[in-house]
Amino acid sequence: MIKKLAKSIRQYKKQTILTPISVAIEVVLEVLIPFILANLLNYLDAVNAGTSTADMGVILKYGGLLILFALVSLFFGAFSGVCAARASTGFARNLRSDMYKKIQKFSFSNIDKFSTSSLVTRMTYDVNFTQNAFQMLIRIAVRAPMMLVFSLIMAFVISPNIAWIFLIAIPVLLGGLLFIMFKVKPIFYKVFKKFDKLNEVVQENVRGIRVVKAYVREEYEKEKFKDVNEDIYKNITKAQKITAYNGPLMQLCLYTCVVLICLVGSKLIVGSNSTLLQIGQLSTLITYAIQILSSLMMLSMVFVMITMSRESARRIVEVLDEEPDIVSPENAITEIKDGSIEFIDVNFSYAKDINKLCLSNVDLKIESGQTIGIIGGTGSSKSTLVQLIPRLYDATFGEVKVGGVNVKDYNLDVLRNQVAFVLQKNELFSGTIKDNLRWGNENATDEEIVEACKLAQAHEFIESFPDKYDTRIEQGGTNVSGGQKQRLCIARALLKKPKIIIFDDSTSAVDTKTDSLIRKGMAEAIPGTTKIIIAQRIASVKDADNIIVLDGGKIVAQGKHKKLLDTCEIYQEVYYSQIKGGKNNGK
Amino acid sequence: MENKHKATNIKKTLSRLMQRIFLPHKAKWVVVVICIIISALAGVGSSLFLKYLINDCVTPLLETVNLGLEPSYTKLIVSVLFIAGVLLLGTIASFIYNRIMILIAQGTLRNIREEMFGKMQKLPIKYFDSHTHGEIMSYYTNDADTLEQMIAQTLPNALFSIFQIVFSFISMLSVSIYLTLIVIGVLVLMMFVVKFVGGKSRKHFVIKQNSLAKVNGFIEEMVSGQKVVKVFCHEDKAQTGFDAINDEMTKHSCIATEYANMFMPIMGNIGYLQYVLIAIIGGACAIFGLPNLSLTGFSLFNIGVISSFLLLSKSFTQPVTQVSSQINNIVIALAGAERIFDFMEEEPEVDDGYVTLVNMKEDENGELVETDEHTHIWAWKHPHKDGKVTYTEMRGDVVFEDVDFGYVPEKIVLHDVSVYAKPGQQIAFVGSTGAGKTTITNLLNRFYDIADGKIRYDGININKIKKNDLRRAIGMVLQETNLFTGTVKDNIRYGRLDATDEDIYKAAKLANADDFIQRLPEKYDTMLTGDGANLSQGQRQLLAIARAAVADTPVMIMDEATSSIDTRTEKLVQKGTALLMEGRTVFVIAHRLSTIQDADVIMVLEKGVVIEKGNHEKLISQKGKYYQLYTGKFELD
Repeated sequence: MIKKLAKSIRQYKKQTILTPISVAIEVVLEVLIPFILANLLNYLDAVNAGTSTADMGVILKYGGLLILFALVSLFFGAFSGVCAARASTGFARNLRSDMYKKIQKFSFSNIDKFSTSSLVTRMTYDVNFTQNAFQMLIRIAVRAPMMLVFSLIMAFVISPNIAWIFLIAIPVLLGGLLFIMFKVKPIFYKVFKKFDKLNEVVQENVRGIRVVKAYVREEYEKEKFKDVNEDIYKNITKAQKITAYNGPLMQLCLYTCVVLICLVGSKLIVGSNSTLLQIGQLSTLITYAIQILSSLMMLSMVFVMITMSRESARRIVEVLDEEPDIVSPENAITEIKDGSIEFIDVNFSYAKDINKLCLSNVDLKIESGQTIGIIGGTGSSKSTLVQLIPRLYDATFGEVKVGGVNVKDYNLDVLRNQVAFVLQKNELFSGTIKDNLRWGNENATDEEIVEACKLAQAHEFIESFPDKYDTRIEQGGTNVSGGQKQRLCIARALLKKPKIIIFDDSTSAVDTKTDSLIRKGMAEAIPGTTKIIIAQRIASVKDADNIIVLDGGKIVAQGKHKKLLDTCEIYQEVYYSQIKGGKNNGK
Repeated sequence: MENKHKATNIKKTLSRLMQRIFLPHKAKWVVVVICIIISALAGVGSSLFLKYLINDCVTPLLETVNLGLEPSYTKLIVSVLFIAGVLLLGTIASFIYNRIMILIAQGTLRNIREEMFGKMQKLPIKYFDSHTHGEIMSYYTNDADTLEQMIAQTLPNALFSIFQIVFSFISMLSVSIYLTLIVIGVLVLMMFVVKFVGGKSRKHFVIKQNSLAKVNGFIEEMVSGQKVVKVFCHEDKAQTGFDAINDEMTKHSCIATEYANMFMPIMGNIGYLQYVLIAIIGGACAIFGLPNLSLTGFSLFNIGVISSFLLLSKSFTQPVTQVSSQINNIVIALAGAERIFDFMEEEPEVDDGYVTLVNMKEDENGELVETDEHTHIWAWKHPHKDGKVTYTEMRGDVVFEDVDFGYVPEKIVLHDVSVYAKPGQQIAFVGSTGAGKTTITNLLNRFYDIADGKIRYDGININKIKKNDLRRAIGMVLQETNLFTGTVKDNIRYGRLDATDEDIYKAAKLANADDFIQRLPEKYDTMLTGDGANLSQGQRQLLAIARAAVADTPVMIMDEATSSIDTRTEKLVQKGTALLMEGRTVFVIAHRLSTIQDADVIMVLEKGVVIEKGNHEKLISQKGKYYQLYTGKFELD
């Protein structure tokens, strides 16, 4: 996992390495400062006691050295901060970019595997968390143990007779911190879950506020919220009451060290008559005690943060590791002869499981330029069938041919540009209408755009907008109606000038009149293009050259409208329910 | 949008926050402050103790040793034991205040969350219609999170730091006033750094947050449209677009982090510089025997003074650094707190209604009287100015009289709409998108108030009826079905909380939902999550109808779903709807004409005006707009 993530460091290797190096230099200097200071103090003490002569030169020598150390340490400290910032934000940039690149390569089945919201969370929240953990790793995770080790070494250099105190304090504090951590971890996980629950209650409330108000359920909702809220309070205080031992535990250890240093140190000074330890070193030892113990504290915090970020890192790697299962073949064919389509004994399963087939034994032949209608209930795999044509999914068994060639042999971009697909759940993007239409063809002239829009019956309403073709579409296309959105999507697909165009229930919100105008227009304007129409409305497919009736993933009948109306029971059922209207069926 | 990352009225926000943090926990705060003082004093005491130890214990002992005498350690041991006791006390105090602070902080947050949700329930529908869900959710997530950070962590740290700063400062003065001057000088330098580095960091942080929002928006939009991207082979373009905003954000994020990262090393090392300066200057004074001025008067500079002062200066500078590194967090948290408080102070829905809905029963004389029992007879209780109270039986007679309405006063979307619905009648509204059909559903239950005209329920102006009672008298099936996490049973019971299981089964059967529920793994106890994500669109609608059926109200509003469902399920839905409508006054907002052919009155709306009115046969024979819609010449939605 770490290896995979580390690949995203790339151009920021230099900063990534420089950070711990300058942190190390800073730490060494920081530890040396109190040590030299102790010498200065001892010298002063000696002057005081009359054993040395007063010499400003000595003070300036030590003082100069100390100021130099402090300045150098300041420089490296700031430098390491800058390096760490560049390394970590750069790392995060690459991670986002790599993930996005990967998502671009995803096939439909890859996209289905991750939900949209989960991909968004992974690219934002998870990356942010990993970025922080990364920065901590190259900075604080280096600083804390180095500080610990160096301070300990210097303490031993000053006085092994006292430094042993730390050897006892370190494991005691560490043990205590670890114990608290393990005790509290499961409770915190519970708290996270509860917060999810709380957000869920709020979200459902906000989304369903009309239901809440219509049924006067405000009090009921408040109770529901209160229960979860109370639960969070109980658990979080329980967890924090345990973590509240952290601070006092640290203080207890530190104060014990201070008291022992004072007691043992003083006796040592007096007992050895300042030969084993000198007065000036007392405050240095206390400084080291603070540095050692707070490093431990820091270390345990880093440990917690990094374990917590593991989940985020895992989710990022999951995206990076995902293998796109549909790619262009080598030596791909870049020319599509015509719009003929053939399905040869095609079977398909989303789970790639032969026992869960969504399409079974589909054999189908479509001539170039034909209009084909597809009818069937929910779950009859209408969409699945047509999605195999532009290789949005690959057939599990069997062959799909376009222009007489297996679709797997074409270059993907060529195939998809020639097989236009108007999706069921279609999206417009923020930008002008023109921007959106140009997705179909970047270099389309204004005339071509107008022509496509006229064909899709969109020209008229676009002209009615004050800004016409330059009208801005809001994110998600919220400022156009469902029917308008569908017609814009059709125009966008038409601009590709494809050999095959597929409508996956994409005129459901368009009235029957306009619907028929679109079909009529296409029959006249692009007669050579194969048109496949999936629809709920019989009216949309009535005039097709061939209508395919799907049920449970199988073709149960095909033929013209008249023939099906005479012979196919499912077709009749759908037809009559739509002609009569459902009103009287209930009685 | 204006600056989202800075509170606009810090003073007001602070006072609102403090009210919630301090007022409900007065007694606890007294204990906390006492404990913090003890704990801070103990910390400072240990630094001061070093001076006493060196000057009054060790140095004299060394002199006795030098004189060849046997040293007596009693004084030393006693004083060390004394300071050990003080420190232990400090530790205990810090343990106590930490524990209490948790209760205060989490209690405050719990109360704020609860208050926030409670206030939200009182907001009018208008608020929810004019704010995105994401915006409202972020009060509970982002803003509450930063606030939690501040109350639970920053606040106690800052308090402790302030006491530590004060005590250290006094102690420093008591050790040496001259050396304290150095510390003050360094402090000025530090404040300069805080202002410069902190300010820079804050500035870029705000820019970064804005570009982060852009990145999030881009990802959100492009990833949800990823299938379209694929179909149009737009991958490379999408990547270029992403790289550009990704780089832009990285740039600012990098600068903001650089400054933030530099902050601590600079402050820390200035601390070391100060440390060194004290030693040098103090040392020079000691060597040349300059007098030391302290609060207790003149004395000599000696190693005890310097050692002690070194530690004290640390315990002064360190909390200063601490607090100033928290400034950014505080600024962010205050901005969040302000948004939360503003949200809480949004104008709630007003309700001047005084007519209430009460249960009635027959007394021994066969007269209807008010009762607390749950009967099936309801009446409007109408208190009059002269003190008389009249009761009107609830029947479901609804009248719209010359109603005008606009979501904003300048733009009227309904003009002079009049509707007369007798109990049991079905009134259908049809018209193209934007004609004002769905708007009607917002008026009867007073989600929005009309601008002019009158709406009467059983002859009573609905403005006089208490909103909750009015809404209890109207059932709704909305265009978008919203389900709640819980079992199928819970979701149906949402219509009437005291419904028995039998009532629920009956309602489900009536709504034609029983069939599919029986096929669910746990039947009526199947858990629904994520707005009923595991159900099909049609099944969700059936549940919404069952929910309305269990509420069993004399008046119903049905806003037909526009989403396409397959023909078979649609048939079930229509059947369920038909059964539900029987015997009730029903307003149907129709998106398909097939549903409403039997309606008593069909109102055809265009641009907020009723242009045709009558039953199906009459309207067809008129060959007007309805006829055109019916024959498919115009688009419905």
